[in-house]
Amino acid sequence: MATLELRNVNKTYGAGLPDTLKNIELSIKEGEFLILVGPSGCGKSTLMNCIAGLETITGGAIMIGDQDVSGMSPKDRDIAMVFQSYALYPTMSVRENIEFGLKIRKMPQADIDAEVARVAKLLQIEHLLNRKPGQLSGGQQQRVAMGRALARRPKIYLFDEPLSNLDAKLRVEMRTEMKLMHQRLKTTTVYVTHDQIEAMTLGDKVAVMKDGIIQQFGTPKEIYNDPANLFVASFIGSPPMNFVPMRLKRQNGDLVAVLDSGQARCELALGMNDAGLEERDVILGLRPEQIVLAAGEGNGSSSIRAEVQVTEPTGPDTLVFVQLNDTKVCCRLAPDVAPQVGETLTLQFDPAKVLLFDAKTGERLGAVASLPAQGHADNVTQFKGR
Amino acid sequence: MTSLAAKPAISLSRIAIYAVLILAVLLYLVPLVVMLLTSFKTPEDISTGNLLSWPTVVSGIGWVKAWATVDGYFWNSIKITVPAVLISTAIGALNGYVLSFWRFRGSQLFFGLLLFGCFLPFQTVLLPASFTLGKMGLASTTTGLVFIHVVYGLAFTTLFFRNYYVSIPDALIKAARLDGAGFFTIFRRIILPMSTPIIMVCLIWQFTQIWNDFLFGVVFSSGDSQPITVALNNLVNTSTGAKEYNVDMAAAMIAGLPTLLVYVIAGKYFVRGLTAGAVKG
Repeated sequence: MATLELRNVNKTYGAGLPDTLKNIELSIKEGEFLILVGPSGCGKSTLMNCIAGLETITGGAIMIGDQDVSGMSPKDRDIAMVFQSYALYPTMSVRENIEFGLKIRKMPQADIDAEVARVAKLLQIEHLLNRKPGQLSGGQQQRVAMGRALARRPKIYLFDEPLSNLDAKLRVEMRTEMKLMHQRLKTTTVYVTHDQIEAMTLGDKVAVMKDGIIQQFGTPKEIYNDPANLFVASFIGSPPMNFVPMRLKRQNGDLVAVLDSGQARCELALGMNDAGLEERDVILGLRPEQIVLAAGEGNGSSSIRAEVQVTEPTGPDTLVFVQLNDTKVCCRLAPDVAPQVGETLTLQFDPAKVLLFDAKTGERLGAVASLPAQGHADNVTQFKGR
Repeated sequence: MTSLAAKPAISLSRIAIYAVLILAVLLYLVPLVVMLLTSFKTPEDISTGNLLSWPTVVSGIGWVKAWATVDGYFWNSIKITVPAVLISTAIGALNGYVLSFWRFRGSQLFFGLLLFGCFLPFQTVLLPASFTLGKMGLASTTTGLVFIHVVYGLAFTTLFFRNYYVSIPDALIKAARLDGAGFFTIFRRIILPMSTPIIMVCLIWQFTQIWNDFLFGVVFSSGDSQPITVALNNLVNTSTGAKEYNVDMAAAMIAGLPTLLVYVIAGKYFVRGLTAGAVKG
């Protein structure tokens, strides 16, 4: 077990080519679970390979504990990795797969046997030890792959999208199991995923990446409640955050967002008075669950009447879509609220939770608890392209 | 079957298909049958009967005489073929391993150039090869022929292994590296055990090529170091005395038997190996 620190890590595949990783700064404490999340091609897997030593970095340093491992070969870094494809050795039995790394490290056979037994018990694969990987189901292969990583008791575990080859039900089961495992073993872990639910549920810390840059690094709660920019806000959360483009007004010194549903208007006081914001194009960010059904007629300035355009009952919630400022807005309402299309609802906002973004740069405006990493050049174009 | 009576068990088209297939088989087998029949006939029998007639007396004299003539050359061929096949397959496997998993700058170009070796006509390399063998002191030796066949076979064996290994996921190598295995450990413990089908393909291919080679044999060997293909040619082409067709045929059978045997024993691997990786299991 050890801390992991990335100091200004850079990676490029050649002069003139765009950087694959740019100025990556991260550090996690001993026993923490770090999630690298982002769309495909964002550099998260490259970053993981760099930590593993399977690819070399072109700048910066990777520290495991207080040792700089940047120039070390993978086998000397004392890390273990679980691959998306599991990468089990097909000609070896499950037992031989788990033993392989231990044998190469010349562990005495008695210790190896004990270690295999421990891991097999932990993962409940004792009855599979003599089978070949080809005779196992996807979920069992996944367990064996984890077993192989656990057996070495490395300083750090790396997981490269380990659940994405499983079917939906098994994925949810294994997710819980991984969390349980980490709570028990408390080993420093880096976990790559493109699944934002895995990111939110598993991580102690989350690094949201795009274009080789860390957009935001923080706890899942910070990432969710205090996204640093439009990209993070749109990437994390399902259904995604609503974005309403507008210009703010100033009323009695306070900033006010004017929302228009076609049936009514409301002037939402945002509780901030930063200078200059009213002259800019901004994007208002509203999480679907932060729009609720108002009690009775609602309370004036923070509620609005709107016509229901589409409803999507998902079981635990009913998603209701209305039109605000000519933008489709999703509201996540209780399942017993089942409005008809065309019906008019009174919706209530919580002004304290409304987020503001710069329409040009995508940067968060107003107070941000966790500071964003550097450089988010084209978040807006990316966002508009989605 | 009663409920499916709409379709007769033997239809006209099926009969036609079988007829054509049987005809093709017969056509293919006639030369072999002629050779076998003739090899067991006596010279008198050959001059009186026709090609396909059954021998009046089954005689082994042709085989005995043939073996006496080609005996030493048969072992020459073994001495050339076995090491050449094993060495070229081993190096090909290692080449394919490197070109698939340990790419280096220019490795694609290297592989592309190597492929030229597959298309290079034998005749173009005769003179330079002869010169090289002479300089190495290997002219007219079986060792020289082994060397030539290894070099010439590398293009094919590398191609076989490289194309087979390309379908093996990279993550396997990465996992092994993280487990602490080095270049040769990964090759020996992980890659080689997965390679049985392609090793079989390679062995059969190389065995057939090298055993059946005539051109290199006739150019780079002389007298006692000649392979059986050359010896057979010399036997059949002798113009002195009466033609002993039974001996010729028996000698030809002896020359062809090892490849036949290899195909019978390992043929199923050949098909399996050639199609492996074509469809992802």
